[in-house]
Amino acid sequence: MTEQSLRWAVNDAWVLTWRNLTVWRRVPAYLVFTIVQPTIFTLLFRFVFGGAIPVAIPGGYVNYLLPGVIGQTAAFATMATAISLAIEAQKGVIDRLRVMPIARSAVLLGRLAADGFRMLVTLLVIIAVGYAVGFRFSGGVGAALGMIALAEAFGLALCCVSMFIGLALRQEEAVQAFGLIWLFPLTFVSSAFVPVQSMPGWLQAFAVNQPVTHVINALRALALGDTRVTPMGDNLWLSIVWIAAIVAVFMPLAVRAYKRVS
Amino acid sequence: MTAPTNAGDKAIVVEGLRKSFGKVEALRGIDFAVQRGTVLGVLGPNGAGKTTAVRILTTLLQPDAGRAFVEDHDVVREAAAVRNVIGLAGQSTAIVDELTGHENLEMVGRLHHLTRTQARARAGDLLAQFDLEDAADRAAKTYSGGMLRRLDLAASLVAHPAVLFLDEPTTGLDPRSRLAMWDVIRTLVAGGTTLLLTTQYLDEADELADDIIVIDHGQVIAEGTAEELKGRIGGDVVEFTVPDRSRIDDAIAAIDTLGEGDPVLDRHRGQVAIRVGSRGSEALVETVRRLDAAGVESAGLSLRRPSLDDVFLALTGHAAAAVADEVTA
Ligand SMILES: Nc1ncnc2c1ncn2[C@@H]1O[C@H](COP(=O)(O)OP(=O)(O)OP(=O)(O)O)[C@@H](O)[C@H]1O
Ligand SMILES: [Mg+2]
Repeated sequence: MTEQSLRWAVNDAWVLTWRNLTVWRRVPAYLVFTIVQPTIFTLLFRFVFGGAIPVAIPGGYVNYLLPGVIGQTAAFATMATAISLAIEAQKGVIDRLRVMPIARSAVLLGRLAADGFRMLVTLLVIIAVGYAVGFRFSGGVGAALGMIALAEAFGLALCCVSMFIGLALRQEEAVQAFGLIWLFPLTFVSSAFVPVQSMPGWLQAFAVNQPVTHVINALRALALGDTRVTPMGDNLWLSIVWIAAIVAVFMPLAVRAYKRVS
Repeated sequence: MTAPTNAGDKAIVVEGLRKSFGKVEALRGIDFAVQRGTVLGVLGPNGAGKTTAVRILTTLLQPDAGRAFVEDHDVVREAAAVRNVIGLAGQSTAIVDELTGHENLEMVGRLHHLTRTQARARAGDLLAQFDLEDAADRAAKTYSGGMLRRLDLAASLVAHPAVLFLDEPTTGLDPRSRLAMWDVIRTLVAGGTTLLLTTQYLDEADELADDIIVIDHGQVIAEGTAEELKGRIGGDVVEFTVPDRSRIDDAIAAIDTLGEGDPVLDRHRGQVAIRVGSRGSEALVETVRRLDAAGVESAGLSLRRPSLDDVFLALTGHAAAAVADEVTA
C-alpha cells in the first residue's frame, strides 16, 4: 500500500466514522437506549437481587457487580453494530458505498471506530451510575484506566463478531433475535452477576472457561485490586488471548461477508 | 487490458454475460454495446434480469461467464478502475436518512476525495441543479419520494461519472415527480454522460433512450431505436368495450380492416384493441364512424400509447404479466 492510498484509506474510514457518529448524535434515542439497559441492570442487581447474593469482598456486592455490568455492557453494545450494518446492507447503502472508489476497509473501520466511541461513552456513564450507588475503584488510577481499556478492547473484539453477523444475516429482525441467542448465555452464564461456584457443576464447567468470565474476572481485579478475593491470576493474559483470537477469526469473516453483500 | 472487440467509441461492451442464483438463471448470455455519449434503455418486466446486469456492470456482482467492459476497463479484473468512472442510482439508495441533503452530498464528495471546500461547493451546485436548495439543510428523512430520488441521483453524480447507471429511476414516483426526473435526466445526457437506464415502461425508454434493448428471462429479445421498436410493436392502440356481448363479432367485423394486424379481443371483458400505427387520432375517428354505421354501441373508447404489455405481445406472443406468472410458478 502506497503512502497515498494509506492516506485515502484513513480519510475514507474517518468520513464514515463521522457519518455514523452524526447519526447517533441526531437520534439521541439510540444512545439513551444503550445506556438505559445497563443502568436498569445496575440498579436492579444493586437493590433488588444483590441482597440475596453473598459475596465476601470489601465494599459488598456493588463492587462485585459493577465490573460485571461493564463487561456485559461492552458485549451488548455490539448489538447495535450488527443491526446498523444489517439495515444498511438491506437498504442497499453498502452497495452504493462499494460502487465508490473507497478503501475496502473503510466501511468496517468506520463502523468499528464510531461504535467503539459510543461504547466508551456508555461505559463511562455506567461507571458514573455505579459511583452514585456505592461502587468505588480501589486498585489505583492506572488499574482503573486499565479496566476501561480492557472492557473497550473486549467490546471491539465482539464488534467484529457482530459486524459479521449483521452482514451475513442482513435482516434486522434476524440479527436482533440472533444477538440474544449468543449474548445472553455468554454474559449471564459467567461471573458477571454471581460467583460461578454457585452454579451446578456442568454449567460451571462452561462458565469458568468462557471468555466473558476471564474478561470480567480481569476487570474485577483491575477495579478492586489484585487481592485474595479478586485475584488476577491468569485472567488478564487469557483475556488478551481471547480478544486476539476473536479478532483474528471474525475480522476476516466480517470482511468476507462485506465483500459478498449483494 | 484486453478488449479486442471494444472499439474506442463504446462506453459499455457486454459479451455473453451469464449469471445464475442457484437454479434461477437471471442472465442467459446477453450481448450489447453502448456508444459513448448515448443513452441505452434496458426494458423488461419484473425479474427479467435488469438489476443483475446493472450489478455486474457496476462491479457489485461477478458474472458466471462472459465479459463486460466499462470505458475499456474489465468489470471483473479492473473493478477499481471501473469504480472511478461510474455512478449508480436507482433501486438502492445511498442516502443516510438522519443527515441533511447537503451533508449527504458532502459526505459522498469526501469519499470521492474532494477537499472539504470542494465537497461543499459541489454539494451546493448539485442541490441547486436538482431543485433541492430549500430542503438542503433538512434531514433527508423529511424528503418526499421524488426529492429522495433526486438527492440520490445527485449523490451518484458528485464525481462527474463518465458512465451513469440508473436502475428504474422513476419506479414508484407519481406522474409529476416522474416528469421532473425525466427533465433532470435529459439535462444530464445533454452534458455528454453515457447513460444506461433500466425501466419497465416503454414510454420512459421512448422519452429518454437513443437505443433500446428488451430483455426477458435473462435474454435480449429485441433491440433497436425507439422508432424501430415501435414500428415492430405497431404504434398506437385504439381500445373500446362493447357492453352488449352479443354484438362483439359485429364490432370486430366493422373495424377489421382498420388497423395493422388483427384486432385483439378480450371476450371476458368485452374489450377490443387494435393497433393503428402512427395514425392515432384519424383511426379513432374512423372507429367511431364505423361502429356507428354498424349500429354497435361502444363504451370507453380510447387511444393509448403501446404499453410494455403490447411490446411483449408483439415480440413474444405472450403478455408481460404471463411472463411474471411463469417466473413465479
Ligand atoms: N441475490 C439473488 N439471489 C437469488 N435470486 C436472485 C438474486 N438477485 C436476483 N435474483 C433473481 O434473478 C432474477 C432476475 O432478477 P433481477 O433483479 O435482475 O430482475 P429485474 O429485471 O431487475 O426485476 P425488477 O424489475 O423486479 O427489478 C429474478 O428471478 C430474481 O428473483
Ligand atoms: Mg431490478
